[in-house]
Amino acid sequence: MSSLKTLFNEDVKVFNVGIPSFADDLKRQGVPVVHVEWRPPAGGNKRVIELLDRIKAWQAEYQTQAKS
Amino acid sequence: MTIRHVIRKETYFDSVTLMQITNEVKKLQGVENAVVGMGTDFNIDSLKRLGLYSDAFAGITPADLLLCVQAGDDAAADAALAAAEKLLTTRKKASGAGTAFVPPTQEAAAKQLPDANVVVISVPGAWAAREAEIALRAGRHVMLFSDNVTVEEELKLKTLGVEKNLLVMGPDCGTALINGVPLAFANAVRRGDIGIVAASGTGLQEVTSLIHTMGYGITQAIGVGGRDLSEKIGGKMTLMAAHALGEDPATKVIVLISKPPAPSVLGPLYAELKKIRKPIVVYFIGADPEAIRKEGFTPAHNLQEAAQKACELSGGKAVAVPMTDADAAAKADGLRLPGKYLRGLYSGGTLCDEAQRLLHPVLADLYSNTPVKGCQMLHSVHKSEKHTIVDLGDDEFTRGRAHPMIDPTLRQERIVIETADPDVGLIAFDVVLGYGAHMDMAGEMVAAIEKARKASGRKPVFAACICGTADDPQNMQKQKRTLEDAGVQVFPSNVALIAFVKRAMAGKGV
Repeated sequence: MSSLKTLFNEDVKVFNVGIPSFADDLKRQGVPVVHVEWRPPAGGNKRVIELLDRIKAWQAEYQTQAKS
Repeated sequence: MTIRHVIRKETYFDSVTLMQITNEVKKLQGVENAVVGMGTDFNIDSLKRLGLYSDAFAGITPADLLLCVQAGDDAAADAALAAAEKLLTTRKKASGAGTAFVPPTQEAAAKQLPDANVVVISVPGAWAAREAEIALRAGRHVMLFSDNVTVEEELKLKTLGVEKNLLVMGPDCGTALINGVPLAFANAVRRGDIGIVAASGTGLQEVTSLIHTMGYGITQAIGVGGRDLSEKIGGKMTLMAAHALGEDPATKVIVLISKPPAPSVLGPLYAELKKIRKPIVVYFIGADPEAIRKEGFTPAHNLQEAAQKACELSGGKAVAVPMTDADAAAKADGLRLPGKYLRGLYSGGTLCDEAQRLLHPVLADLYSNTPVKGCQMLHSVHKSEKHTIVDLGDDEFTRGRAHPMIDPTLRQERIVIETADPDVGLIAFDVVLGYGAHMDMAGEMVAAIEKARKASGRKPVFAACICGTADDPQNMQKQKRTLEDAGVQVFPSNVALIAFVKRAMAGKGV
């Protein structure tokens, strides 16, 4: 978990989601980077994505409640 | 003539890879046209426009890949399709080279680099906000390169960012330098004591590059997206970033660049900025500098002056610009233009904006696809009228294709069209260097210029500014030489280019 209070004193470490050359540029400079091989989720069906995200949010909420 | 196509269901490639493959396929012998892209509305429209559309594309979705070629005969079409498929396979392998597993999601990436603190997002706009929210909820700052993100999505993301004290740089944020690390389109700029907050991508690139060229350096350059100071967003990220720079002991001077804020945002913004006990250079593009001075800040009249004033405040002494207006204008002395109109072909939005503002007082009938006050809207973005300055990086040109700083095709086509116009006397353009940008944009522009001259038999004057530094990966000197060898007048800033254009166009304010 980062925060703007600490960012300027941290090493920048990056996830690159999208255009691969942005990750290549960072790699060449020695910046730790993981390229995410992104593709449209759920075959690009927005309705299915919404439902999946809602299920994920419920799961997270359930787990939080279960812990407390 | 033969048209062949292939549809690959649920196969994704990014827009840059697809642009490169399309260009390579177009160069193959016998190929008349090619579209290799995702099944977006934009690409379907392109197929229709090119006469390549058939009913086979009816059920395609943006998650599907389409390959379509038009060639002189069956053999050439088959060979082109096979070549395209081979290129796609090669690229797919290359993108995973060197790593055992390329994660398909941020959640999976977190297993490889759990303490990642910044997520750079450049997926198509329709999905970008979702990825940004995933990043923020995981406690990571976001650089949202993607455009075509709605203002409602932006507000939601930035509200979440403020709540979690995380940066949301963007949407449509092309540039940032965090702790000296250039993200997406950024230039190789030395570290120093000037911190920048900008709601303008190329504005940020021009100012950081000029600061470097003037011998100074920066702490952080934080892009916030062009709408951050709008009424709806309320300057959320500008304020967060400015306060962070205010508290940063390494930052001595702050520069703020944006279009003029919405009136409802301006008062609260000034009140917050006044709490920061550091000199602040403010360039609200097109706003009255005197009003800014009265508030106690250092105003700038243009991007070059913003850089110059920041350096002067940093060093406590006068700093010279790389080329004075007088020297730039003198290069136009004795030039004869073969036509009365100017055409400006920009890849940088803020540079396009700045060019219009500097020129409309002297050029009547100045048109643009992104007109500033005093200029007129083009009837069609694809067709110039009288004096025209176009931003080819604007949304309507980038939907479904790569940005013109990466993909030269649109500007190349436009150079050919403008050169052939018997009324055109001067064609101006920008060459933006840096990470993420095309490795030889000067070469691409020169190729188009030579083709255009040959096809039309006309020789309008060409002039360009280079936005970048001597340390950028493209080799600035080589880029400059490439342009100069082709007879292009080259300038180290947009302001200098426009000083030249003004002198060259003197008396042509028709």
